[in-house]
Amino acid sequence: MDTSLLLQLTLNGLIVGMLYGVVAMSFVLIYKASQVVNFAQGEFLLVGAWVCWWFLTEWQLPFYAGFAFTLVFMMLFGLVLQVVVLRPLIGEPVISVIMATIGLGIFFQALMKWIFGVFAKPFPPIFAMEQVRVLGLEVQTVYLASLGVSLLIMAGFGWFFKASKHGLAMRATAFDQQVAQSLGVSVPKVFAMSWAISAVVSAVAGVVVGVVNGVSSALSFYGIKVFPAVILGGLDSILGAVLGGVIVGLLENWAHYIDSQWLNWGNMFQIAPFYGLVLILLIKPYGLFGTKNIERV
Amino acid sequence: MTALTPCGDWRASYRADTTIFPTRNSRIALLLGILLLCCAPLVFGRFELSLLINIGFLGIAALGLNILVGFTGQISIGHAAFFGLGAFVSAYLHERYHVPVLLCIPLAGIFTAFIGLIFGAPAARLKGLYLAIATLAAQFILEDFFARAQWFTGGVAGRMTESPVLFGFAFDRDESYFYLTLAWVIIMFTAAANLMRSRDGRALVAVRDHYLSAEMMGINLAYYRTLSFGIASLYAGIGGALYAHYLLFASVEAFNILFSIQFLGMVIIGGLGSVMGSLMGAAFMVMLPEVTQMGADLLAGSSIDRALKLGASISFLREMVVGAAIILFLIFEPDGLARRWRLIKAYWKLYPYSH
Repeated sequence: MDTSLLLQLTLNGLIVGMLYGVVAMSFVLIYKASQVVNFAQGEFLLVGAWVCWWFLTEWQLPFYAGFAFTLVFMMLFGLVLQVVVLRPLIGEPVISVIMATIGLGIFFQALMKWIFGVFAKPFPPIFAMEQVRVLGLEVQTVYLASLGVSLLIMAGFGWFFKASKHGLAMRATAFDQQVAQSLGVSVPKVFAMSWAISAVVSAVAGVVVGVVNGVSSALSFYGIKVFPAVILGGLDSILGAVLGGVIVGLLENWAHYIDSQWLNWGNMFQIAPFYGLVLILLIKPYGLFGTKNIERV
Repeated sequence: MTALTPCGDWRASYRADTTIFPTRNSRIALLLGILLLCCAPLVFGRFELSLLINIGFLGIAALGLNILVGFTGQISIGHAAFFGLGAFVSAYLHERYHVPVLLCIPLAGIFTAFIGLIFGAPAARLKGLYLAIATLAAQFILEDFFARAQWFTGGVAGRMTESPVLFGFAFDRDESYFYLTLAWVIIMFTAAANLMRSRDGRALVAVRDHYLSAEMMGINLAYYRTLSFGIASLYAGIGGALYAHYLLFASVEAFNILFSIQFLGMVIIGGLGSVMGSLMGAAFMVMLPEVTQMGADLLAGSSIDRALKLGASISFLREMVVGAAIILFLIFEPDGLARRWRLIKAYWKLYPYSH
């Protein structure tokens, strides 16, 4: 037993899990508002991180300006995707919508590889790379900052849905589209807004991961890790998404610990969440907090 | 003149409704088409033949996925993993137990179908996006298994295998392998067309159209969903085995998620719920990279080429074109090439009064 390694991995899991939670949250946002399962969520991270990287290195902008431009770009990106690709598919069967987002995923992943190459590229140093001692563990300030950003985003989401008018309109649309429409909520606007917000939030997560690990197409794997998280938490629960993300982050790090200490199978880190996913689907397909779907003929 | 069916619905009996060939001439036309294909090795060079062989085994696997997605309404994002399983099983049976390759191909199909039934049993409870996510997990788990199981797949190095041999005659050239693939295509497509005329085929379609009503009419949902998964895996396994003995090599990395998505693309581009559409979709998906390559070659040396680095990044360009094709078909032609084909036929039939 290596206690300090276990603690370190647990902390890692917590930090990465919070990021998964943020991405899962933006995934659930789209699903709740427009009933679209977005298989291109990971590509949002990828595009956001690359665009920010481009502003910072090619244009030599200071971080805050480049970051702000990135967020504006991602907002437009989400809007355009929704209007151009997803809007014509309203009313089509689930499989068509899923396939469209998968197609978007392939397209943007290949496009990013084409423009920026296949190798990971580091961000210019933004934070001083210092070590801080927390509970006797060496932690990089970047990780702490990413934890802070995740919490900030979650708090922002909480405020948005509880207190703002647009958030209320979105909750109304998620509850019942026809009722929302009859009360004067513009449903197409809500759909577009949900995609824009989701793209922006994902891009923030992408930039955070990019600052920590460098930008590469591996970022899009976050979009796939989202599925275990949201299935665990329930597809339509934002709280569940956060919790699911943290659990998946912890699960993969603990699987890594067990693997490195006793099993030595290798690759458990990547694959453990998917075993978890299959188990959950078999036992509790609506997740921890999801609403059970009752169907009538 | 029995070449054309008159407009309107003239089918007055169940027999007429379920027939594959509405007229005598449509049967003759199909036989002529097959005969023409048989002459292909006389006309085409190696490159075109290899494309045709690719269309053949991918078309078989795509048909399997179409039975699952298009006829039963169950989605699967793990088809390439089953395709790979078929390839490895066939190669493994031949190397380890010295089963003749021609026998290995159906055996690989049956074994893959069996594994598909095991995966399909839990999947029978799921549908729609839950199933999509579950099969996505299955894809990653199977991929991980392939990479781990050195004894079975040859690990990172891949597994070599041999060409089929029949009474001392080896199918080791493109010309001879083409006939083998063609034979399998005919067998599998005839089987699928007949499945759709049967009681089981109608049950699958009923499950797709309205599963609650289907259940009320006494259709066993779990049974037919699992069965459909098994059939899809059977087709994937046979397609995969044909793939392995054509390339004489199967490697773990080939059967990734992108390949699964390409299969879904074939089904959507060809037309969901159309037997012949699967073959058209496979042909489209095989030709697409070639056309992209041709386009890039055409521009080679020009200023566009230099500005965009087309030559160096052709593999990304191909992926982009696949993604774009899927999206464009979904938006502008959601019923796929099969519908386009019907429209073209109707146009000629009604010419010049096509409106």
